[in-house]
Amino acid sequence: MTKKDRALMVALLLLCVVLIVTPVLALRGAEFGGSDDAGSEKVAEITGEDYEPWATPVFEQLLGGELPGELESLLFCVQTGVGVGVIAFFLGRFVERKKQETARGTQKEQ
Amino acid sequence: MTKKQQKLVRLTACAALLCGVVPAAGAMHIMEGFLPPAMCILWGVIALPFLLAGYFSLKKAVARDRRAVTLIAMAGAFIFVISSLKIPSVTGSCSHMTGTGLGAILFGPSAVSILGVIVLLFQAILLAHGGLTTLGANTFSMAVAGPFAAFGIYRLCLRCKVNKKVSVFLVAALGDLVTYCVTSIQLAVAYPSETGGVSGSVLEFLGVFAPTQLPLAVLEGVLTVMIMMALEAYAQPELRAVGFEEAGA
Repeated sequence: MTKKDRALMVALLLLCVVLIVTPVLALRGAEFGGSDDAGSEKVAEITGEDYEPWATPVFEQLLGGELPGELESLLFCVQTGVGVGVIAFFLGRFVERKKQETARGTQKEQ
Repeated sequence: MTKKQQKLVRLTACAALLCGVVPAAGAMHIMEGFLPPAMCILWGVIALPFLLAGYFSLKKAVARDRRAVTLIAMAGAFIFVISSLKIPSVTGSCSHMTGTGLGAILFGPSAVSILGVIVLLFQAILLAHGGLTTLGANTFSMAVAGPFAAFGIYRLCLRCKVNKKVSVFLVAALGDLVTYCVTSIQLAVAYPSETGGVSGSVLEFLGVFAPTQLPLAVLEGVLTVMIMMALEAYAQPELRAVGFEEAGA
């Protein structure tokens, strides 16, 4: 990766942080609920009555109620963790491979 | 700016207008039991051929070069990560991104539908996010419409010789927005408003989702550019294996 790319990478990372933090700071006290919930409220508004979903999620049926919030965040973390694990594993291999290839290249030259 | 570049700018501006201003966007996933049964089946049927095509195209990519598996896993993992993160947005509510742009660039749009449906199943079964009854509709918006739009934008950028990083950004950001627009339309078709009919309803739903999603689309664009940069720096053999370099990218 060139120096320029590296600088760009850092700049982009910073931009990500700014994008995420700004709304939190700008809208103090906002609820930050899910937009899916806002969607269901909209459905209720348009149809004029509370919409009764005709099916409930499988897992909630098994549990006989809603999934506790902490467990939900655990499962979301599992999803993130699996993804990050796979990406980091392969990217790590790629980086090492490239390092070794370059090392071998310079050895040959000598 | 050359004429082609001008054309592209104009086109992307139109796309942005379409997505961001005129109709806005929809909730990420339609929740379980929120679509009438007939519509669940309809969207499922519509999504099915794309899933089949996706399966075949993944099979072909792997048969061509086994190293493709690595990148397929990474693109899938990227969707996993990106769609699990609920990000706060300017409207004071949270939403999450789709992450399908990367896969669409690397393997073409239909292959992504398989990756997308895996994530949707995970979230529908374990997280009560989205749902099994609405799986067809959600698959269509996130795993079919978004990636196909993304792929179209990518080809357009290639033809117009847009800077590679800029085009990756556009692809991911606009693909994300298209997904939400399609969700809005799906909801609107199911719930036409009494005064404005379906189109009035589309506006209502877009009004909820578009402002929330706009900054997230930018974020998704930025993240996709970053992972693309990393892949190009370290995974050249794999990129060649899936025919990415040949496409002139």
